[in-house]
Amino acid sequence: MADQEVVISCRNLWKVFGDGAEKLDLTPRTTVEALRRSGHVAAVRDVSLDIRKGEMLVVMGLSGSGKSTLVRCLARLIEATAGEVLVEGRDIGKLGEGELIDLRRRKMGMVFQSFGLLPHRTALENVAFPLEMRGQDRASRIARASEMLALVGLKGREGYFPRELSGGQQQRVGIARSLAVEPDIWFLDEPFSALDPLIRREMQDEFLRLKGMMAKTIVFITHDFDEALRLADRIAIMKDGAVEQCDTPERIVMAPATEYVAKFTSAVDRSRVVRAGALARPVAGAAVEGAAVAADETLHGLARMLLCDPRARIPVAGRDGALVGLMDREAAVEIVLGPVA
Amino acid sequence: MMGVRVAAGGMRPDRVTVARGLLAVALALVVLKGVLPDWVMRLPEGMVLPFADWINAGFAFLRDDLGLMAFTRAFADVVEFLLDVTANLLYGKSRWPDLGPIPWVVIAGTMAVIGHALGGWRLAALSGGTFVWIAVMGQWKWAMETLSVIVVAAPLSVALGLLAGIAAWRWRGVERVLNPLLNIAQSMPHFAYMIPVVVFIGVGPKAGAIVTIIFSVPPMIRMTMLGLRGVSPEIIESGKMCGTTRWQLMTRVRLPAARTELLIGVNQVIMQSLAMVVLASFIGMPGLGQKLLQLLQALKIGLSVEIGITIVLLAVVLDRLTKAWAHRQPVHHAAGASFALRHRMALVWLGIVVAGVILAQLSPYFVEVERKQALSLAGPVDAVVDVVITGVGPVTDWLRWFLITWVLIPLRDGFLALPVLAVLIFLAGVGWRVGGQRSALVCLAFFLPIALSGWWDRAMITVYMVAVSVALALAVGLPLGLYGAAKPARAGRVLLVCDTLQTFPSFIYLIPVIMLFGVNDVAVVAAVMVFATVPIVRYTIEGLRGVPSEVVEAAEMSGANRRQVMWRVKLPLAVPTLLVGANQSVMFALFMVIIAAFIGTQDLGQEMQRALSTTDVGKGLTLGFAVAFIGLMVDHLLLTWSRERGAALRTGV
Ligand SMILES: Nc1ncnc2c1ncn2[C@@H]1O[C@H](COP(=O)(O)OP(=O)(O)OP(=O)(O)O)[C@@H](O)[C@H]1O
Ligand SMILES: [Mg+2]
Repeated sequence: MADQEVVISCRNLWKVFGDGAEKLDLTPRTTVEALRRSGHVAAVRDVSLDIRKGEMLVVMGLSGSGKSTLVRCLARLIEATAGEVLVEGRDIGKLGEGELIDLRRRKMGMVFQSFGLLPHRTALENVAFPLEMRGQDRASRIARASEMLALVGLKGREGYFPRELSGGQQQRVGIARSLAVEPDIWFLDEPFSALDPLIRREMQDEFLRLKGMMAKTIVFITHDFDEALRLADRIAIMKDGAVEQCDTPERIVMAPATEYVAKFTSAVDRSRVVRAGALARPVAGAAVEGAAVAADETLHGLARMLLCDPRARIPVAGRDGALVGLMDREAAVEIVLGPVA
Repeated sequence: MMGVRVAAGGMRPDRVTVARGLLAVALALVVLKGVLPDWVMRLPEGMVLPFADWINAGFAFLRDDLGLMAFTRAFADVVEFLLDVTANLLYGKSRWPDLGPIPWVVIAGTMAVIGHALGGWRLAALSGGTFVWIAVMGQWKWAMETLSVIVVAAPLSVALGLLAGIAAWRWRGVERVLNPLLNIAQSMPHFAYMIPVVVFIGVGPKAGAIVTIIFSVPPMIRMTMLGLRGVSPEIIESGKMCGTTRWQLMTRVRLPAARTELLIGVNQVIMQSLAMVVLASFIGMPGLGQKLLQLLQALKIGLSVEIGITIVLLAVVLDRLTKAWAHRQPVHHAAGASFALRHRMALVWLGIVVAGVILAQLSPYFVEVERKQALSLAGPVDAVVDVVITGVGPVTDWLRWFLITWVLIPLRDGFLALPVLAVLIFLAGVGWRVGGQRSALVCLAFFLPIALSGWWDRAMITVYMVAVSVALALAVGLPLGLYGAAKPARAGRVLLVCDTLQTFPSFIYLIPVIMLFGVNDVAVVAAVMVFATVPIVRYTIEGLRGVPSEVVEAAEMSGANRRQVMWRVKLPLAVPTLLVGANQSVMFALFMVIIAAFIGTQDLGQEMQRALSTTDVGKGLTLGFAVAFIGLMVDHLLLTWSRERGAALRTGV
């Protein structure tokens, strides 16, 4: 992933709500308390991130930690108070109105936390709306919109108005709408929050498929750690507007940068996160015996084998079959069973 | 109990002391007025400011030097052209496009179809039935004269209001200028609008249409601002992410999402238009209003009742139709519905039009009902009224005599005997008690100009009529409200009646009271009282129903009986809402007192009518502002009081 070009990059991004926020002198040392005393709310504090092409960044954090605000700044739905956002190398804070509209029409899609459907349009017309704005002709946009609705499992509901759909159905209309223009950059603010577990799982699978097919750059907000683990390339954990840590799921869980992140991830089943590759130690002359396990397999997936296998050290092989190293079985079992209560 | 104590605690003691001091001074002035110099009684001539001359000078400047006359004439010509078109279509005035008149069966059928589309069979019957009634009663031409103005004025008003509302929403500066203007405009009596229009346009349907447009714009502006502000931010953001330009965002996202508020604005525009069009008969607007005015002046009760019923039916139909439209939510068609099914209403309508046109070919009765073919209720109504009047005559005669000699005249003389200075200090005291120094100053700022304008005596007569009527309205309305609120089902019914009564143009209330009391002060007070009772009943019910049930249950658990619950818990908690009702009642009363002037009162309204007949803009507007300022001051006092009480109760409970 590291070799791909950076698509979205933000530098020392701040969003402070309250009167006269533009005039504040914001430095990395400005504290939340100081701002609160002057009657301001810091929703995003000094965030710097790089998101690469085809990467999926999952943003997590407690309610009110600034996730939605961060994404709104990235899409320039609200103006950042300080710092800059570069999209494909261009500072979107400096784009003119026409350029911004063009960027949104061609490149960006967004799913909103509370859906944001247009109440006076049917599901089909809602999905076709961005195409209409692009000036696409009627027949082709209706065809495309029906296809998108079918993709999210809403075939037959094309003529329904948002009021006549359940929360989960409305959410899927929102997802279909954001996909209609085939965006390269996709912002998703808790896109599955209103879905039942079954459909949720289906949508996640669909999602992974789309992501694999089209190399989209995705920023995804969720409260669900399992979802994050399934989907994320990297996870950013936010607290009070600041990003505490932004790293691979494995490192977030195994090597938390701050106490807060450690607490945040304490309930996570580590065996579902840690992959065999992470435990592989150099062979260093030890004996290599038996079949190797795949480096990108989670310990959870290997649990049965780990418990039954007589070997003390198990060889780990990369995707190309080459030996990566040896995994200490006892250490792996320790993780699977969890710490002694 | 708790409500009372909380409020007393919330009021700072120094405010009460200052207020008491001011009230004591005012009282002293009244008691000692015999020995005090004359200027305490009435401001000396030298202090009266020639507001009227200033306004006239301003208007002369606008008209002559700025050439506004040319502009208004041009606008009036456009309006006149549109009026001619609708007049031709609706009642066959010989103007372009020379197609009309559309047969009444077609119009009645069309209204029924619209009613069905918006609100089902009942609304279809109501709206179709109303137009059938108008036709068979032989009032078609008058009603169409009235409607032809509304059909032109309401859309123009909506368009103007929409533009102004969008501008005020977009630029804070515009809003800052517009808001106080709207406040004044909405408390100016109808006649104040007519006088400048007569100066610029003259009299007749054109002037009637233009005054209607001006009068009905303010609510549309307000509802537009409200609607645009209320659109959820996520809907707007989702529109932006779809790549909308500003224009697309406004026309395809913001305005459609604010649909309900905008349509409620349309409803208010239409209701205001109807009220104004009826009154515009004073400036030569033909139609139902003019007929009603003539018949009332000739005391032809039966015929005026017929017209009154028509006006009431029209008001109810227009109100129900537009409200149904505002609250209608889109519904999808079943997948694969055929063309005929999807456009059923349109096909039915087409059928009705064709049938109507064929009927009209067969007999002219279906084009317009001649006067001699028309049915009439006048005979029976007059007979019944005669019987009733002779029956209750002694009672009403005695009541009239009693009220005039023992209540109205002494009260009027009492109000007139109050020294100007005492009234001003009294108002400052009340203001101070309610909202501190700021409110005291606001009260003075509204009332001092009235003293300076030289119309003090007239204003005091208006105040006295409003005061008496509102006091009577409270005496009648509160018990009615208490009775109505006792059971939920009953409350719903009473509220529906109130709603319906509120849609009637105020003019209508004069018919029954003239019938009972003849043409005098008692009739005016009675009409005003009835009109002002409606909001009191309505807000009493809403206030009592708004009391949280846990509070009532808690009181019952502590052993309060029904009386105690009502007096110690429910009523104190309902006070903020009751005050809002009282405020609306005062506003209604003010408007009605001014309208009732043509029955012969001696207040500001009477002078305004004189100004209207001599087209004296300066005088008319000065009087209009005087009425508006009385209203705005009461509005400020009662709403501040209501807010303070509400805040005190919220922190206390
Ligand atoms: N328009 C606004 N004006 C003032 N404060 C705001 C505004 N929008 C957000 N905030 C504040 O910014 C902070 C972050 O809000 P944000 O919506 O980004 O939280 P979030 O992480 O998305 O929470 P959730 O998980 O509940 O969606 C909150 O404290 C919120 O009160
Ligand atoms: Mg959020």
